[in-house]
Amino acid sequence: MSAPPKTTPTLAVWKFASCDGCQLTLLDCEDELLALSEAVAIAHFLELSDTVTGGPYDVSLVEGSVTTAADRDRIRAIREQSRFLVTIGACATAGGIQALRNFADIDEFLAVVYASPDYIDTLATSTPISAHVPVDFELRGCPIDRRQLLEVITAYLAGRRPNIPNTSVCTECKRRGLTCVMVADGTPCLGPVTHSGCGALCPAVSRGCYGCFGPTTDPNLASMTGWLRTCGMTDSAIARVFATFNVAAYGTGNGGRPE
Amino acid sequence: MTSARRELIVRALARVEGEGRLDVTIRDGRADRVALAIYEPPRFFESFLRGRHYLEPPDITSRICGICPVAYQVSACNALEQACALKIDDAVLDLRRLLYCGEWIASHVLHIYFLHAPDFLGLPDSIALARTDRAAIERGLALKKAGNAILDTIGGRPIHPVNVRVGGFHRAPTRTELAPLAEQLGAALEYAVATVDWVSSFTYPDIELDHDLLALRHESRYAIEDGEIVSSTGLRCPAEEFPRHVVEHQVPHSTALHAELDGRRYLTGPLARYSLNSSQLTGQAASSATAAGLDVQCRNPYRSIVVRAVEVVYAVEEALRIIDRYQRPAPSFAAVAPKYAVGHGISEAPRGLLYHRYELDTDGLLTAAIIIPPTSQNQAAIEHDLRTAVNAHLTLADDDLTAVCERIIRNYDPCISCATHFLTLTIDRR
Repeated sequence: MSAPPKTTPTLAVWKFASCDGCQLTLLDCEDELLALSEAVAIAHFLELSDTVTGGPYDVSLVEGSVTTAADRDRIRAIREQSRFLVTIGACATAGGIQALRNFADIDEFLAVVYASPDYIDTLATSTPISAHVPVDFELRGCPIDRRQLLEVITAYLAGRRPNIPNTSVCTECKRRGLTCVMVADGTPCLGPVTHSGCGALCPAVSRGCYGCFGPTTDPNLASMTGWLRTCGMTDSAIARVFATFNVAAYGTGNGGRPE
Repeated sequence: MTSARRELIVRALARVEGEGRLDVTIRDGRADRVALAIYEPPRFFESFLRGRHYLEPPDITSRICGICPVAYQVSACNALEQACALKIDDAVLDLRRLLYCGEWIASHVLHIYFLHAPDFLGLPDSIALARTDRAAIERGLALKKAGNAILDTIGGRPIHPVNVRVGGFHRAPTRTELAPLAEQLGAALEYAVATVDWVSSFTYPDIELDHDLLALRHESRYAIEDGEIVSSTGLRCPAEEFPRHVVEHQVPHSTALHAELDGRRYLTGPLARYSLNSSQLTGQAASSATAAGLDVQCRNPYRSIVVRAVEVVYAVEEALRIIDRYQRPAPSFAAVAPKYAVGHGISEAPRGLLYHRYELDTDGLLTAAIIIPPTSQNQAAIEHDLRTAVNAHLTLADDDLTAVCERIIRNYDPCISCATHFLTLTIDRR
């Protein structure tokens, strides 16, 4: 294995508290992976390779949220070594579904899962990477979209901002020519307040959007809540639907827990 | 060995899903303590599922694992459908099995080509493999893509599919929509057979394990999305008896709980499935198994890569069979109403049996959730294998001993994310 020339940009992939799905998205780029591995030196990507090269790195992709004291220190060290730091996915960008703990008693959470909670090292909160270090770009999604990931990597390697529209799922839904599930069927749908990027996957299977890409900028949640009530959702069901994969980002209520 | 204490942190374990560490203490020339320390930060799914609506677990629990989200969705559906005494239409179950075949193909091929094969070829990774054998890695990518195409077409996306719901699917695809899959899978079958040929040419250490084996069995087909529990010790029972036989306990060194089957360590996953159900493999999968030199049982953990390759052949063929007989189910799901009940659900995730249990109240809210992933079931067996290997290779230098241990861990395709971070090896020689 010959060392890539010094001018080859370096890419690093880092994991925090997460399901591995967003970094797996990189390996799911079956048509582009080999070309990518020739265009960049993959300097740190444990799921892919034993070979680890020290920093600095041109682009660091960070998956997962910060949930331990050690990880709080680790993300600072990664930031210092990274020219561009991009968070990938809802955990790194918003704290993920594990941020439901932020609205609960962590000791109670521990006791439900573990007989001896004392062995477990965890913080009471799950926080996004941006709560700890400056982030150059936040890629949304639970999981992220493969095409958007390629766009972000390509953009940073080319030295430009990624072209990732900050619109709602509704715009993608219209562009696909789908019939609005809320208007036509009365199906509750978070599309109007949810960041685009998935390609309107849920309406395409006759299902309402459940917000896995998190909120758009300035979502009109009051209006959305009214529409969800019109569709027959109870207030507790509305609280729950916002309290999933981006619970800390929608900034609604109490994490969907029973009153 | 001297009595002086040496503690070495050697390196991170790569090519596993998630991160962990291995602690080895060598005392008087024997492995004294071998602990696979999973320190993936806990994410508390079983805690925050309490109080959630009973239709939410397929979406929520899929986020436990980005590699096998369908396994989580299906075990969750099985548990909740059992709780609600729901009868699911055969055509819907067929579609669920087809979706699951997609995940078996994508996950197994990821492990075979990207995580496991480099060990047998003396390479650091699949990128190096692409340089030495471009055709092999291209074949792997094409095969993986075919698995992901199934997940895309039926589920909407490969990771955390959006179309699965309790009772079936939000929308069932038409026959026309599945037709391009059949074409892609037809080509993939050749790649799958070539994969078995490729991995069966590797050199394998001559090792046989005596762990008890646990898998699902279906009366008429190789069990994937459902079945009854069977074991090499003669156990045969439905999902609801799983907790009577499998007991989890916490160990100080890991955020993953350890499980025992009737008080003994055991193994779930490809070796267990194949050894208990190989007679149910048909067609090309059966011929490929024979051609690869597999007997009716396979207890060599290194050869798990061959078993995975055979299971990929089976999954491709089975997907083709399902697409061929597919009639679009209408409705696409069985209507469901909650009741005060307990439900148990099992299915065969690519890396082994995955059990879910939920308690519902009359309002359809969950009052309890228990999830037992395959890696926590296999942890005791992995540690046992590591201890045996450390004792057999005590004279090796730390780096070489680490390499042996890493290979053993990768044999099991552990999904540490289902519980887990780095695997560094700590060797304490005293």
